[in-house]
Amino acid sequence: MKKKQNSIRTPLAKAKGKGSAHEGLHHWVLQRITAIALIPLSVWFVYSVVNLLGAEYADAVTFLKNPLNALLMAFVIIAGCWHSALGLQVIIEDYITCKCFKIFALLKVKLGLFVLAAASVLSIVKIALA
Amino acid sequence: MNSIVGKAALTAWALSIYYHLFNGIRHLLWDSGRGFEVSTINKTGPLVIALAVIATTLTVLAAI
Repeated sequence: MKKKQNSIRTPLAKAKGKGSAHEGLHHWVLQRITAIALIPLSVWFVYSVVNLLGAEYADAVTFLKNPLNALLMAFVIIAGCWHSALGLQVIIEDYITCKCFKIFALLKVKLGLFVLAAASVLSIVKIALA
Repeated sequence: MNSIVGKAALTAWALSIYYHLFNGIRHLLWDSGRGFEVSTINKTGPLVIALAVIATTLTVLAAI
């Protein structure tokens, strides 16, 4: 006796739980990992930036010369840019319907954030090691 | 950044980050299957805004 299938998807496909793209879990997990990392990092970042209000250029350089500050700042940049790229990707995929524009928007976001992260980390390293 | 405009922009920036932070924690709790009742959601929404305002105020006060 065969059970009637209500869906066109095979039971195996259902058990595997993957959609048509065969991925997505990795994206979801990375978004959560970066989010959790950013909970303490963002508080430290906001506090540090606001604390440098009215400081001289030299004060900011001194701040970044501290190895712990430099390391945390690099973490903020990497986790922040990564989290932004993943989040913006979701927004673009969900809300931009024109396929050609969607692809270019995704490219722009990914490349832009990569350049931003690389330039920021390079700057931090330069200041910290100078 | 020391001007009124600079300070206002920095405060708005801090508020945005703190709001995103607390609402992100709300989302992580939803991911763990907690807080899905409408009554709870109606409470955590304003709570997130209140926490963001409080955290921003504390940060600004600490910087003065």
